[in-house]
Amino acid sequence: MTTTGFIIATIIKILVVLGLFSALAGFGTYLERKVLAFMQRRLGPMHVGPYGVLQVLADGIKLFTKEDIIPQNAVKPIFMIAPIIGAATAFIALAAVPILPEFEIFGVKVHPIIADINVGVLFVLGVMASGLFAPLLAGMASSNKWGLLGAARTAIQLLSYEVVTGLSILAPLMMVGSLSLIDINNYQSGGFTDWIVWSQPVAFVLFLIAGFAETNRTPFDLLEHEAEIVSGYATEYSGMRWGMFFIGEYANMITLGFLASLIFLGGFNDWGFIPGGLAIVLKVSFLFFFFLWTRAAWPHVRPDQLMWLCWKVLMPIAVLNVVVTGIVLMM
Amino acid sequence: MFEAIAFYTFSAITIVMFWITVTSKNALYAMSALAAGMIMISGFFFLLDADFLGVVQIIVYTGAVMALYAFGMMFFDTTRDVKERVRAPKLVFLLSGMTALVLVIALVAPILGDHIEALYPMKEGIENPQAVGIVLFTKYLVPFEVAAVMLLVAMIAGIVLAGKKMDESLTLKVEDEFTQKGAQ
Repeated sequence: MTTTGFIIATIIKILVVLGLFSALAGFGTYLERKVLAFMQRRLGPMHVGPYGVLQVLADGIKLFTKEDIIPQNAVKPIFMIAPIIGAATAFIALAAVPILPEFEIFGVKVHPIIADINVGVLFVLGVMASGLFAPLLAGMASSNKWGLLGAARTAIQLLSYEVVTGLSILAPLMMVGSLSLIDINNYQSGGFTDWIVWSQPVAFVLFLIAGFAETNRTPFDLLEHEAEIVSGYATEYSGMRWGMFFIGEYANMITLGFLASLIFLGGFNDWGFIPGGLAIVLKVSFLFFFFLWTRAAWPHVRPDQLMWLCWKVLMPIAVLNVVVTGIVLMM
Repeated sequence: MFEAIAFYTFSAITIVMFWITVTSKNALYAMSALAAGMIMISGFFFLLDADFLGVVQIIVYTGAVMALYAFGMMFFDTTRDVKERVRAPKLVFLLSGMTALVLVIALVAPILGDHIEALYPMKEGIENPQAVGIVLFTKYLVPFEVAAVMLLVAMIAGIVLAGKKMDESLTLKVEDEFTQKGAQ
């Protein structure tokens, strides 16, 4: 492909990914309210549009037109930048994720991945991890007690669970022998029985648990635990800046769904009679639903329970898993 | 051409960010600028096709080191300016300036003299992480293991220093006080 063609293709891919995933992240809020409502025997949003589908649009208009309040004593530039970091890192992480299998459109072969770097997994996890600066800086800049507590919790929670995520995917990576998400996907091309989840069930469970903590989802959403610290790091935020944190959070959930399905659940390989493109969409949708399901089923944990779980339970299991995998691979 | 554009963009942003880090009086500005500078440095690694090191730079410096700095900063009021008292500003300026100058000369001299060559050049067909692993576990095995032992020592020392009263739970202690006060 010529350089100009490459640039045009990349720009189109970036625009498609940005548009699609910010729309999906918005729609995710609607899905979350609906799923939670059905699990709690309510109806959820019903008034705006058929079955409340247009609720997303109404919320969007509300967020965009709301006054953007910046507290007097806040550190202004940092306070304003923080939500942008949250949304940006979530979308930058998607750059190295192969979203669908290769396909042809108008006679042009399309690789649905923006940057195919050979350390894809690390890049995605690293960029998602640097998203911790959003709540951290937000909490520290807003000169608010609850904000500061939220920021402190961000630092301990995200840092601790990063360790578990890293160690848990180390075992599958040792089996595959590559850090490229496409290689990991191709390793499982033999069908349903080849999925890494069957050989690494422990790693899969650990990865999901750590994923809940990293995306700040309910059993572990201590960063903005409304019963304890008002709204944590987001206490002083309003309007679109507040919305950006949550666009970032939902985009991160989708990214994590992609990572889990690519590494553990067979990725975009054909699954029986289901073509690969549809298969990965189904898997990601199920994982997204699983996030909401857990939110409806489990209460919050306390911060000390969270740390206990990370360092005394999950991390030793993850290390053991790596050691056992190493021994099995050597034999 | 794109490499040149990317290089100059990254270097300009990096220099500006570190300049803010050094000159700013607000600790929060300094920390955010330092983190941004660290991320921009990873751009140079990506430009040099060292993807692995670039990602490690992001993970280690921004994920771990900067978050620990941030945790340390929780003890200060970050919204106020820091008052610095420098006893001998000229001496500080001279010493830091000389150190910077010596570092620049030490790094630039071999490039100017064309005496720079890779001791362990990349081989064709070996990917980035593998190449790092091969060098790390053959040529640099001993320093690598020594560093690992040092980290272990530091970790144990940290636990011993911090863990003097770890068998007492603060949460339970507070609850005990409440029940005692309730009984009175």
